[in-house]
Amino acid sequence: MNAPTYNFAYLDEQTKRMIRRAILKAIAIPGYQVPFASREMPMPYGWGTGGVQVTAAILGPQDVLKVIDQGSDDTTNAISIRKFFGKTAGVETTTSTTDATVIQTRHRIPEAPLHAGQVLVYQVPIPEPLRFLEPRETETRRMHALAEYGLMHVKLYEDIARFGHIATAYAYPVKVNARYVMDPSPTPKFDNPKMDNCPALQLFGAGREKRIYAIPPYTTVVSLDFEDHPFTRYRFDAPCALCGAADSYLDEIVTDDKGGRMFVCSDTDFCEQRQAAGHHGALSAAPHKEKAHV
Amino acid sequence: MYVAVKGGERAIENAHRLLAHERRGDRDVAEVSLAQISEQLSLGVDRVMTEGSLYDRELAALAIKQARGDMIEAIFLVRAFRATLPRFGATEPVNTGEMQVRRRISSTFKDIPGGQILGPTFDYTHRLLDPQLAEGFVPEQPLTAEALQAATPRVTDILGRDGLIEGSPQADADAPVGDLTREPLNFPADRDLRLQNLARGDEGFLLALGYSTQRGYGRNHPFAGEIRFGEVEVEFFAEDAGFAVPLGSIELTECQMVNQFKGSANEAPCFTRGYGLAFGQSERKTMSMALVDRALRARELDEEATSPAQDEEFVMSHSDNVQATGFVEHLKLPHYVDFHSELGLLRKLRQEFAEANEAPEMQEAAE
Repeated sequence: MNAPTYNFAYLDEQTKRMIRRAILKAIAIPGYQVPFASREMPMPYGWGTGGVQVTAAILGPQDVLKVIDQGSDDTTNAISIRKFFGKTAGVETTTSTTDATVIQTRHRIPEAPLHAGQVLVYQVPIPEPLRFLEPRETETRRMHALAEYGLMHVKLYEDIARFGHIATAYAYPVKVNARYVMDPSPTPKFDNPKMDNCPALQLFGAGREKRIYAIPPYTTVVSLDFEDHPFTRYRFDAPCALCGAADSYLDEIVTDDKGGRMFVCSDTDFCEQRQAAGHHGALSAAPHKEKAHV
Repeated sequence: MYVAVKGGERAIENAHRLLAHERRGDRDVAEVSLAQISEQLSLGVDRVMTEGSLYDRELAALAIKQARGDMIEAIFLVRAFRATLPRFGATEPVNTGEMQVRRRISSTFKDIPGGQILGPTFDYTHRLLDPQLAEGFVPEQPLTAEALQAATPRVTDILGRDGLIEGSPQADADAPVGDLTREPLNFPADRDLRLQNLARGDEGFLLALGYSTQRGYGRNHPFAGEIRFGEVEVEFFAEDAGFAVPLGSIELTECQMVNQFKGSANEAPCFTRGYGLAFGQSERKTMSMALVDRALRARELDEEATSPAQDEEFVMSHSDNVQATGFVEHLKLPHYVDFHSELGLLRKLRQEFAEANEAPEMQEAAE
């Protein structure tokens, strides 16, 4: 039996070159979904294979990698992907948003502002913002080509007619560079404004659907809305119970079965930095320490 | 007091350790060997090789063992390994007409040149559980005879000589064959890509779709023109040598369906074809594939496409079980962030509803 050997960051150089070409095209046409020959990765489709391929293609030996899922460095899938690159690329990893050069994320944009030179890599399940309005790829590609986005506006309008609000809380559609309507991946719409005019490069990888798209630094990103129903962000109306932040996106933690709950920052790095700087929430806990289980 | 959930890394390690333990099962029971899997669960190995699109019995057996017998997980393991293999090139087209046939049947003619050969088959066995197989059963040696020297031409070629079936599409041997594992798939897709997709596609999915065509959802009146299973030689054109050199032989199953005829003012009516091909002995797979291949030719044959099996985007986008299982099972991943944003919206809508209806009990629930 031939023992397999793997290249730096797992993918072979030819595959990386193919992915880099797709990334360059994506950067040249902001918000446009570039098809690419997605490879089978050693983790399941739907678990970040698109983001992993983009990260593998851009990662260099000097990079410092951060991986988050749901805003947290400690969710199981974030750990799994971080370990994957630790093993196959041997790059330095970090939990600090500021120190990272490449951040792979699922479902969140970090709270700390990103800076020039950083790359934020999003894992994308369904890259097509029009998919749930039109299931056919041939049709949605035509709609993008003609910038025919009326269907999306009708959907948003119907939400308002039915619920009084646009009933999309995550994966809220945006228009990039005044041209392509784009799916921001299932981030809460709270994060949408962070994509606009961002100094960092934002890359989106959808492995199963074989698409890559991008928002180059300092690109205009507008959340779709109406003049009389402007885009609004949403967060739980509470400060973080651990760090007291009043401006971060919060996870709701159910603490008992009698309606008890508390709210804590979804971005664990942001929360820990604040606690280290002396901020405390109402229910602040001691800094967590790992304890060996005997 | 709440502290942020940590310790995921150790949890993963421990879970995998437990998995390895469960995979081994009771340690007093002998461990199953790769040779046992390859020899005694050979149809499972054939399926993993086919849908994993890698012809390697040993690796497929290892994948089945590692996957604890979960076929889709085994296929996934093989696929992920295959994706890392370098490509030296493509072999010459295999000639199934020159197959060393071990089984070959036609349901369209009582006898055919080269004869009907039943070979190893479940067909006509009575599905009664056989207790003597439980342990230590030594089967009789099979009867043997001299291998047939007579040619076994394909039934569709026999029909084709009289023009009764459409010609087999003649591909330009020098033109590259599409490969959806190397180039992104675009729709509409040509038949080479469709067949590649179906060959890699989930047997159960294709079985259900093929079955649906038989029940009227895109009916195409199939006859099993021929199903053959056996060994074919694989040749590779070596640039250095300047000629094709044999690499070895592989086991294949091929199914050629003979389907409803077409014709027009300028064209004499003739039967049409559906095609299935798989590694090893995979009859259910190749028959299903041939039914679906024929259904997917609706556009090419000017048929009205009204059923799922005829819908290229639907079939090709959902046939791959590695993609499907990944996306279905990704629902196990945390979705707190998007769920909570929905939760927030729902609470807000309920609060507004309650305020509008001034129902105090609703307000309570919305808090």
